[in-house]
Amino acid sequence: MLTYIDEIRAASARLLQEGAVEMVVGFRQGSQPMMNEPCLIRRPEDVDTLVWDSHCGINLTNYLTNRKEKIAVIAKGCDARNIVTHIIENKIEREQLYILGVPCQGMVDKRQIAMRVAGEITEVGESDTEIRVQTTRGEIQTFAKAEVLQQNCTLCTHRNPVLYDALIAEAVSEQTVDRYTDVAAIEAMTIGERQQYFQDLFAPCIRCYACRNACPLCYCPTCFVDEAQPQWVGKGQDAVDVMTFHFLRAYHCAGRCTDCGACERACPVGINMRVLTKKLEKDCVNNFGWEAGLSPDVRPALDTFNLDDPDKLIK
Amino acid sequence: MLLSNLLEYMGIERNRLHMSWVSSAEATKFIDVVTEVTEAVRALGPNKYFIKDQAKVA
Repeated sequence: MLTYIDEIRAASARLLQEGAVEMVVGFRQGSQPMMNEPCLIRRPEDVDTLVWDSHCGINLTNYLTNRKEKIAVIAKGCDARNIVTHIIENKIEREQLYILGVPCQGMVDKRQIAMRVAGEITEVGESDTEIRVQTTRGEIQTFAKAEVLQQNCTLCTHRNPVLYDALIAEAVSEQTVDRYTDVAAIEAMTIGERQQYFQDLFAPCIRCYACRNACPLCYCPTCFVDEAQPQWVGKGQDAVDVMTFHFLRAYHCAGRCTDCGACERACPVGINMRVLTKKLEKDCVNNFGWEAGLSPDVRPALDTFNLDDPDKLIK
Repeated sequence: MLLSNLLEYMGIERNRLHMSWVSSAEATKFIDVVTEVTEAVRALGPNKYFIKDQAKVA
């Protein structure tokens, strides 16, 4: 995976030089370790600022919304699925895009690493299977990558991009995992336990809306939480308002969420709000056989009507 | 259906959410639906969850 970057830079430089695209959306080194940031490269001589390692978790589809120029985008499996969703929802044209597909073996969860080391992390290096961190105390610790992946990456079943113009490297093997054990565990709880579970889950939320801002699906010009007339939901820290926000945000992602993990990664207090979107995802798979973002030619589950759609709610 | 499943998942009893289409010409269906809804909700009792008694002031 560490060799991907040469191919990414070469392809980006070539596309910019040929004038095939006006800019490349990729990652550059962030100001802190394990925090690579998205960047827009417009000149071929700048492609050397691009990086690729295990800290490129941010979903780059977010930077394509309503763009008018020709863009090359570096896309992991999840990014590619969100690009498909963007194309279906007319947020960008397929013809505008040159998708540099990157087969992905998962991104590292910086929070898990930070929790396991004492002191502040000053430097991070990696091999194909290990992450090596150095702290302010001068200690060096190594972790097996597989043990510190983001949870959504460990459960990923679409690591290879579904849509691309060029693949940066050979496709990686896909995993067969049960994606919904955490959802099933909540479903098995009693009503009272579930109420408590969600109250506890969202108690630390500070309503910063980082989850919404990081989400490639949340591109509404005015989000329902920002609207004042009518005011759909209270703006304070009231537990009910906080839950209403998370409930509605999740529901707006029904049949669209690809479980890229952008929301959870962006959360400054580490709330796993993905248990909501995953429940919707599970119901979409079970009831409509629908997985989001697999093909731009198929209309989404909530966009179509079939006579044999399950219909237990409406009497 | 996704909505009612998600609400139940978050801890709101399924019988608290009802949905039906009733035409203005379907008086008997309207009565049936209202009866069904009130009975279902009465059986569950008052809801204390996901309800704001009063907006919290600072």
